[in-house]
Amino acid sequence: MEAEAAKFIGAGLAAIGMIGAGIGVGNVWASYITALARNPASKDEIGANIWIGFAVTEAIALFALIIGLISLFG
Amino acid sequence: MAGPLEQFEIKPIVPLRIGELDLSFTNSSLFMLIAALGATVFLVASMSGRALVPTRWQSLAEIFYEVIANMIRDNVGSSGRPYFPFIFTLFIFVLFSNVIGMVPGGFTVTSHIIVTFGLAGLIFLGVTVIGIWRHGFKFLSLFFPHGAPWWTAFILIPVEVVSYLSRPVSLSVRLFANMTVGHVLLKVIAGFIALMGIFGVVPFIFLIPLTALEIGIAVLQAYIFTILSCVYLHDALHLH
Repeated sequence: MEAEAAKFIGAGLAAIGMIGAGIGVGNVWASYITALARNPASKDEIGANIWIGFAVTEAIALFALIIGLISLFG
Repeated sequence: MAGPLEQFEIKPIVPLRIGELDLSFTNSSLFMLIAALGATVFLVASMSGRALVPTRWQSLAEIFYEVIANMIRDNVGSSGRPYFPFIFTLFIFVLFSNVIGMVPGGFTVTSHIIVTFGLAGLIFLGVTVIGIWRHGFKFLSLFFPHGAPWWTAFILIPVEVVSYLSRPVSLSVRLFANMTVGHVLLKVIAGFIALMGIFGVVPFIFLIPLTALEIGIAVLQAYIFTILSCVYLHDALHLH
């Protein structure tokens, strides 16, 4: 197999890692909505923390993306 | 026609070589200077009025102060007050660097791993030194959570050590990846506009909310970087 073909296959495989991050990010807002439904008064307090959860989970997706970009362009 | 990765090239503006070292003043250095000077001018000028009822500019500076002060109070506790100037400087520098990168023609300083790893590595080393200074050898109790059965120690301690050592890596890569991927995506979508002729209106319309999202991510990532530094500082100061 040529190096060029292997690069593209490697990048495609690396992108599969984002499945977990997708589930995780969806989880953040799913639990926010559930918590909001149980206790509408806690909206502001929890609302401040969902962004931290989102950014930390999104970072995992970006780690996978970086590996894909390294295999394509590195 | 340039590719999407050309925007990250470092170009020397004032070449300067000392022996083997390349100490040129590059476009990266220029924009770090712009971020630092811009932040200084903004904070000094907006606070120079010192009104009791703040003007609009002074309100903005006071909002920054309050956000960081609350962040330190909530995440580090009262023993974190001495670290306020450092955390404030960190937040302002990352925020201004990220946002200046979103200005057309601006160079994103934090889109280089060496810059973000320099910041994150420094924070990690500083936090570890603070922890060891304050607690001595008891600092190692950070790696064995209190109340766990003794026989789990063989698995738990290596896992905790690896997780602790991965902190500077995750902190730096998170900021670097967000900034780089955001800018590459903007350039790639913009590239489609010329490519698609009359249908180039579609990527153009899509680019507008995407740019807004990128500005939001720039601010959010600065906030996340700072709040995670506060959390690591809390771990070092309070050992749990």
